[in-house]
Amino acid sequence: MDTTRRRFIGDAARTAGGVALCGLGLGLYARRSTSLPAQALRPPGAITESEFLAACIRCGLCVRDCPYDTLQLAQFDDDIAIGTPWFNARNIPCEMCEDIPCVAACPTGALDPALTDIDAARMGTAVLVDQENCLNYLGLRCDVCYRVCPLIDEAITIEWQHNARSGKHSRLLPTVHADACTGCGKCEYACVLEEAAIKVLPQRVARGAGGRHYRIGWEEKAQAGDSLVPADPEHRYNLPEGLDYDYAGEGLIREGDTATPFAADPLETLNRESAP
Amino acid sequence: MTQIAQQPGTDAIAAKGWLLAHRWLLLRRASQLGILGVFLLGPWAGIWIVQGNLNASLTLDILPLTDPFVLLQSLAARHVPELTAISGALIVTAFYVLVGGRAYCAWVCPVNIVTDTAGWLRQRLGLTGGTRVTNRTRYWLCGTILLVSAVTGIITWELVNPVSMLHRGLIFGMSTGWAVILGIFVFDLFVSRRGWCGHLCPVGAFYSVLGRVAVLRVNAARRAQCNRCMDCIQVCPEPQVLKAPLFGADEGSGSIIQSPNCTNCGRCIDVCSRDVFQFGTRFSGNAETRLQFAKETQR
Repeated sequence: MDTTRRRFIGDAARTAGGVALCGLGLGLYARRSTSLPAQALRPPGAITESEFLAACIRCGLCVRDCPYDTLQLAQFDDDIAIGTPWFNARNIPCEMCEDIPCVAACPTGALDPALTDIDAARMGTAVLVDQENCLNYLGLRCDVCYRVCPLIDEAITIEWQHNARSGKHSRLLPTVHADACTGCGKCEYACVLEEAAIKVLPQRVARGAGGRHYRIGWEEKAQAGDSLVPADPEHRYNLPEGLDYDYAGEGLIREGDTATPFAADPLETLNRESAP
Repeated sequence: MTQIAQQPGTDAIAAKGWLLAHRWLLLRRASQLGILGVFLLGPWAGIWIVQGNLNASLTLDILPLTDPFVLLQSLAARHVPELTAISGALIVTAFYVLVGGRAYCAWVCPVNIVTDTAGWLRQRLGLTGGTRVTNRTRYWLCGTILLVSAVTGIITWELVNPVSMLHRGLIFGMSTGWAVILGIFVFDLFVSRRGWCGHLCPVGAFYSVLGRVAVLRVNAARRAQCNRCMDCIQVCPEPQVLKAPLFGADEGSGSIIQSPNCTNCGRCIDVCSRDVFQFGTRFSGNAETRLQFAKETQR
């Protein structure tokens, strides 16, 4: 009797210990699994990564409904939580279907059904990561990333800048605007370089963030409709009585004497000045 | 104790013929491969009857099915799923409450083919021994997984689940996931008899909970005819479930296999040369045996 009880307790302890170890290992592995490689993008509408791993049941219905074979399910050695959908923009970017079939297919809400306008998707943010190799930065006119952008002139604009190297040309710089960029990755896909100079990165990697207390003056001013600090009092000259300021800098003139040394015709002014 | 036959089922083949002695096994393989086949028809032949995999699927663009264990982990991880997934899980739950929770293991799960093969080979090679892992481990593991899912906020078991790894892998691409399946095969072959399905797999443990009230059950209805050849015990993946219903008549045990661990695989029906077993419901034999038991005790 005693030996059976001892054996029972021993067995139970063994099982409990083994299972607890398994649980610990699983837990640690689970925590690690939220770190997604920077080049792995989630489908449009994907909720934040930690929530995504609580919601996605790895069925692959989004993959099936993707008409462009953009999405794939993570496999054993992808270093992404196994069975979850992702895409690599350099391989196949998101074509930004208007009806967003992947989101419609998701049975759990891991892809948020509230996303009905694909332009509102934020799969990542494009970043021109390598200005040293970007052809436009070198002064050439490639523009491919700009041309293929589904939100051309909103998500990517071309900004003109003086080309200091040649001294007489412009550099036309592709510039990403994160407030419009969906992270579809068509720019990265289309980049003509061997290794793309523009890459879509997850927003947590791509974006900085100012302190929460930071305010941008001109935006606050626009919002308030006026300057937030009191305007300067009107400037006054303390001039001798009866005199006014001469705008041409010649000195003071008598008040009311509106005669100006400048004629209406600039030629006449020149002739007057060159006269002996 | 009677001499145990070298090959379980030899008597049955002699008595009923090979086909009848393998009837449920063949049907079960047909079911397993058929279900896998329907899933593969889409990606292989472009015939989309079913999309998805065992975790969640959509049949004929209308019927959603969801694995309730995965959904339970998702709930534990504090995600409230959309109605599609919930209704899919309810349909699956209702189905397995009817046909026996672990019918999933015997009739659907693709890993069963792997572990059955390992079990068969282990018997053929006469391999014995191995580690002593209690078959309660799976329940502890099942509970631990729900706990870890709740703590980490992540669907935990799906990060490593060999069942969905194999099924999804076959449909969507496997890469080195085969190593895990090979691991299970080797574990069942050398380390522990029926080790994976019978002792560790938390998915099976979860489904066995559904099976507690399952309607469809195997019934040792004609147990009086049993000649104790032990063939059924040898082939049964969960032999402990047979003992009471089969041999416990004297102790007043009913003839219906009520244990939720019975996978309703029907292999005992196949290998019995005396036709002791048959499929029935959990209620069918009960009243009868209870009555019989009552009469016996009155006497």
